[in-house]
Amino acid sequence: MFKIVKREEMSQGTVILNEIEAPLIARKAKPGQFVILKANETGERIPLTMAYTDPERGVIAVIYQVVGKSTALFKTLQVGDGYQDVIGPLGKPTHIEKLGRVVCVGGGTGVAVLHPITRAMKEAGNHVIAIIGARTRDLLILEDFMRRASHELHVCTDDGSYGRKGFVTHALKDVLDRETINQVVAIGPVPMMKFVSQLTRQYGVPTLVSLNPIMVDGTGMCGGCRVTVGGETRFACVDGPEFDGHQVDFDELMLRLQAYCEEEKACFQEFCMMEESWHRK
Amino acid sequence: MAEEATVKEKKTKKGRVPMPEQDPKERARNFLEVPLGYSPEMAREEASRCLQCKNPGCVEGCPVGIDIPGFIRLIASGEFTASIRHVWKQNSLPAVCGRVCPQEIQCEGKCVLAKKGEPVAIGNLERFVADWERAHGSGALPPKASPTGKRVAVVGSGPAGLTVAGDLIQKGHEVTIFEAFHKPGGVLLYGIPEFRLPKEIVAQEVNFLERLGVRVQCNVVVGRTVSLDELFAEGYQAVFLGLGAGLPKFMNIPGENLVGILSANEYLTRANLMKAYLFPQVDTPIPRGKDVVVLGGGNVAMDAARTALRLGADRVRLVYRRSREEMPARAAEAHHAEEEGIEFFLLTNPVRYLGNEKGRLVGMECIRMELGEPDASGRRRPIPVKGSEFTLECDLCIVAVGTGANPLLTSSTPDLKVNKWGYIEADPCTGKTLKKGVWAGGDIVTGAATVILAMGAGRLAANSIHDYLMRGW
Ligand SMILES: Cc1cc2nc3c(=O)[nH]c(=O)nc-3n(C[C@H](O)[C@H](O)[C@H](O)COP(=O)(O)OP(=O)(O)OC[C@H]3O[C@@H](n4cnc5c(N)ncnc54)[C@H](O)[C@@H]3O)c2cc1C
Ligand SMILES: Cc1cc2nc3c(=O)[nH]c(=O)nc-3n(C[C@H](O)[C@H](O)[C@H](O)COP(=O)(O)OP(=O)(O)OC[C@H]3O[C@@H](n4cnc5c(N)ncnc54)[C@H](O)[C@@H]3O)c2cc1C
Ligand code: SF4
Ligand code: FES
Repeated sequence: MFKIVKREEMSQGTVILNEIEAPLIARKAKPGQFVILKANETGERIPLTMAYTDPERGVIAVIYQVVGKSTALFKTLQVGDGYQDVIGPLGKPTHIEKLGRVVCVGGGTGVAVLHPITRAMKEAGNHVIAIIGARTRDLLILEDFMRRASHELHVCTDDGSYGRKGFVTHALKDVLDRETINQVVAIGPVPMMKFVSQLTRQYGVPTLVSLNPIMVDGTGMCGGCRVTVGGETRFACVDGPEFDGHQVDFDELMLRLQAYCEEEKACFQEFCMMEESWHRK
Repeated sequence: MAEEATVKEKKTKKGRVPMPEQDPKERARNFLEVPLGYSPEMAREEASRCLQCKNPGCVEGCPVGIDIPGFIRLIASGEFTASIRHVWKQNSLPAVCGRVCPQEIQCEGKCVLAKKGEPVAIGNLERFVADWERAHGSGALPPKASPTGKRVAVVGSGPAGLTVAGDLIQKGHEVTIFEAFHKPGGVLLYGIPEFRLPKEIVAQEVNFLERLGVRVQCNVVVGRTVSLDELFAEGYQAVFLGLGAGLPKFMNIPGENLVGILSANEYLTRANLMKAYLFPQVDTPIPRGKDVVVLGGGNVAMDAARTALRLGADRVRLVYRRSREEMPARAAEAHHAEEEGIEFFLLTNPVRYLGNEKGRLVGMECIRMELGEPDASGRRRPIPVKGSEFTLECDLCIVAVGTGANPLLTSSTPDLKVNKWGYIEADPCTGKTLKKGVWAGGDIVTGAATVILAMGAGRLAANSIHDYLMRGW
């Protein structure tokens, strides 16, 4: 068992942080890599990016948004409980180098994935501008982490309840108009990454995105995670998860993410009902 | 002499004892094993058909040289325990091999009785003694040599890795298996379905190794979680790579990323390893197609097609570009599939997939093929018949057109030599690779093959590793 040693709730309990004992993985993991977790015998294999690691304590941290049955099940796990299986580190690490001025754009829980990359970019000697956004103030996560990891932080909310009103793309456009940027890293919901990529293409700024297709093994054995990049099929779990945003077929990815939506809905509803009746007892 | 001849004649006249099976209609909707197994009486009767040849063809046909007349004689005389001990000398996984070996081109294909009609049912008999031992055996462990203090790492827990582990632990070495998945067994677990190889058998085999002292560490992706060199640094003196050939191949035709097209690896992993056929009692979903097309003609294609049927498909069609004779599947599997109602579309190849506005599969365009000159594999090359395109409607397509080498470990270990397809180069007699202290065997060396060949390669490597640990490279 992989024990949870720390647990925090954010965004009104819709986003959870877990620190998990996994010394082998902690020793090896690099920014941009992910793990696959399975809660129990009947559980699904769920990919989550490592938000940070502490090799000395032998722990890795994941931050996840509760969106369906499996993440709702993860949420029930408390400190002292654990995951039956944790596999990793998987995927290619982010290519970190000194490029000059870098903008890191994050939306929703994508911010959790973006955070270690932002920090590494700063540590590599880049001037890092971070832009994070959420639908509303309460859903914003890791603001302090991102502030520390960057030189300059811009916060946006769709409804204007905090920071600047509007989408992260608006803030990004201002930065691109203002100065020369060498690299953009965008991680968040697929539509956000799509629009960021469209925008940066106009400015000719290389853009890295992190893709989250449905995965099973995470080691290149199933092909469930295939995405089209530059007209070619790639397996996101081994060839990615990061790709050149200007080459990614985002529309295909969005359709593929819907593959099991019927099953997921039914499964989640059943789980919520069970939870409820259990709490009433 | 004359008397022996008449005895033989009498024996040959008896027909092969049929294997009792679940009724095709019923079994096509459940995941229980299809063949039910011989009773002791049936086994003894079938065993008595064996002529006990002086120069038995069957043994020649067996990739690991099991003394087949030897173990069959012991079944005939009712000495089942002695019989299984006899099989174990060459084959550590008889309950598996009895079920999945392509006997018709191995032992049974070479049996003298095959020429006159029905060969001895060697596979069924092997399965019988193995199952008998599982049910009635004492479970006593074989003797272990005294500890040598040497440590061996086995990467991958398919038949190759399991065999190496079993052999080396009995020779007194410390053995740890590292497996990337969360459960051990390799293809036996994630690929071959429950109705053909109950997962309990795989678990028992692994449990047997654990009782012998083998450590099994799942969730370790060698090349990611630890590197080969780190294994050596941790004190392992030898490493065996039994990684299998797990990389799925696709057709590379337009529309392949539509929702509703899965590799057989993904489909079968969801069904077998994740037990998605029990969804929603388990959390992993699996697409339940109504109108399913499976591409391919091997065991993997048969397994996928029969799984689709069991998941409630109304219609399952198997599209294969050559003819029935060239199908690489075990004869029994193709036969079972047809009995269950799978339709074979032979000499047919898909050209492109058709999708709807939601990006979901709704059909595929196929073209008829005819057989031309033999190709490199010796099989006649299929060539498309111009203008013969037609459309097959379907809502799920499983691609089972082969697998290749997964480069995950080899690409992170530059001093391991691979051939142009990415398979590891290893000495066929010893399994030694070009990296000191590293052996490889099974599908990662030969390309996708069979359980028994992987097991045989494991045995050769185990002997060579033992030699190395006691004497040097
Ligand atoms: C490489 C990678 C890294 C990720 N990192 C993070 C992270 O750090 N934080 C975070 O909150 N989320 C992350 N995700 C997404 C996360 O895996 C999904 O939100 C999760 O699997 C949803 O499962 P569920 O059962 O709770 O929801 P479900 O109801 O099953 O699904 C909700 C949606 O999640 C997606 N999804 C479902 N199953 C999978 C699966 N097996 N693999 C991938 N996506 C799936 C589908 O689009 C689905 O519509 C990552 C995904 C990938 C591929
Ligand atoms: C659906 C299907 C049906 C089949 N039917 C038959 C049949 O009827 N008869 C027959 O004889 N053969 C059959 N085969 C073929 C047979 O199963 C294989 O030839 C055999 O399993 C190969 O054994 P192996 O030990 O080389 O590898 P595998 O069984 O493939 O096992 C390899 C293991 O290594 C693990 N691994 C890989 N890379 C790493 C890594 N880097 N770190 C840690 N672990 C790793 C994998 O997860 C896997 O568990 C079938 C195959 C399939 C897919
Ligand atoms: S060839 Fe057939 S009859 Fe002869 S020993 Fe082998 S199984 Fe028996
Ligand atoms: S998740 Fe299976 S190949 Fe990528």
